[in-house]
Amino acid sequence: MPAVISPHKTETLRHTAFVRVTHWLTVICFLALLITGAEIVISHPRFYWGETGNVNTRPLFTIHIPSSRDTVPTGYGYVMPDQNGWSRYLHFQTAWVLVLTGLIYLIAGLWTGHLRKNLIPEPGKRAWRAYWERIAQYLRRAPPDAAETRSYNVLQRTAYLIVIFLLFPLIIWTGLALSPAFDSAFPAAVNLLGGRQSARTLHFFVSGALLLFLLVHITMVALSGFRSRMRAMITGRAAAPEEGQ
Amino acid sequence: MKPISRRKLITTGLATAAGASGLAVAARLAQRHGLIPPDHGGIYGPGETLTYAAQRLITTHSLAREFPRSMISKTPFANETAPPNDEFKRHQAAAFADWLLIVDGMVARPLSLSLSDIKTLPFRNQITEVACEEGWSYIAEWIGTPLTEVLHAAGVLPQARYIVYYSIEHDWWESIDMADALHPQTFLTWGMNDGDLPVRFGGPLRMRVPRQLGYKSVKYVVRLTATDSMKRFGKGLGSASPETGYAWYAGI
Repeated sequence: MPAVISPHKTETLRHTAFVRVTHWLTVICFLALLITGAEIVISHPRFYWGETGNVNTRPLFTIHIPSSRDTVPTGYGYVMPDQNGWSRYLHFQTAWVLVLTGLIYLIAGLWTGHLRKNLIPEPGKRAWRAYWERIAQYLRRAPPDAAETRSYNVLQRTAYLIVIFLLFPLIIWTGLALSPAFDSAFPAAVNLLGGRQSARTLHFFVSGALLLFLLVHITMVALSGFRSRMRAMITGRAAAPEEGQ
Repeated sequence: MKPISRRKLITTGLATAAGASGLAVAARLAQRHGLIPPDHGGIYGPGETLTYAAQRLITTHSLAREFPRSMISKTPFANETAPPNDEFKRHQAAAFADWLLIVDGMVARPLSLSLSDIKTLPFRNQITEVACEEGWSYIAEWIGTPLTEVLHAAGVLPQARYIVYYSIEHDWWESIDMADALHPQTFLTWGMNDGDLPVRFGGPLRMRVPRQLGYKSVKYVVRLTATDSMKRFGKGLGSASPETGYAWYAGI
């Protein structure tokens, strides 16, 4: 069996330091927000549309889990422990860290040209054909192009742009709309969403969309080489493709 | 690995020093302008302080949303409270005729007001939403005496920074800063939806703080204390809520 020796194997910079630091800070924040958010939902696993909603009104939908409050009719004969206190403190503290991390990411991303170079699809790829081609490449399980060692493909770019410029702004907006004090200063924040309960329901849906992104993201990382991708996001370096490949 | 240059070392050192002294100055300014909540300690203190300070800066004079009469909830939810204690039951049996509100602490004229005394003060109504930290909400019309009228009658001293308020139920007490205490929508509420405030909803007297979550709207209020510091009250965290793990400031 011939040993695989690649004498010209070099390493290339895959992720810059600011991308790696903000990526892992976001991972920590998102997991903390997800867990604490779920804990808060458990205290009232019913969702409504409009301005108001409580156990005396008809819900839009109900999550069929036990609640941490005995005032919620869940059909279960027991009440979960109340975890709202620390969950709320941690939820809001983490939201601050996430928002500040996002600001640093945006400023550094604009300053270094990361957003322009790595996230906005390249000029030749701004067509549906480019998306279909990359999807077909995934389905054929063909190896990625050499360019993908240094940057993202068009599907990744689009997914990341949606998360950064659509889902994160929406989750922040719908979250702030749940603050009665913030709404007193900016009533439009909640009125434009259709009311307090609509804002809460939308906050839940957007967190679901973010969770879906996370699951797909982890799956793709696993399929494309978990160790090498993790190494790239931790050390910043990835093996460069050999010349002429 | 590139060696760190002397210039980079000096720049980093200067930036760190500037950052540290900037934080120290910010903390002093925040303290002076009342932007530090009583529960600023502990691992969640930084987030809580950021939230309180940021919201205080943008909401000093802002009004909670008020709604048209048509949006009043047909089926408001009263939430549950512990079974009333004997003292409350005695008052309830007497139709709250002897209910007293004590106003003390940093006031020029300590007061002891009956419900009818309170109702002789100017009163107002508002149609606002009660939002519980659990997620549910309802809209009702609240009729009451703005807290600022009672504080004015008692001659609250300019040094006062917080108003502490107690329920007749033991270990149920909260406090708000003066921005909320003097806010025109902060009511000592005794009426709801054109009638007396039902006991389930906090009658005969409930604090309403519509710019904060429902748990700041304490039911069955019997005492107000003006103070310049929360240190001597309970564990010094501002109210009973932080003692059970919930934030003192609930504007969220």
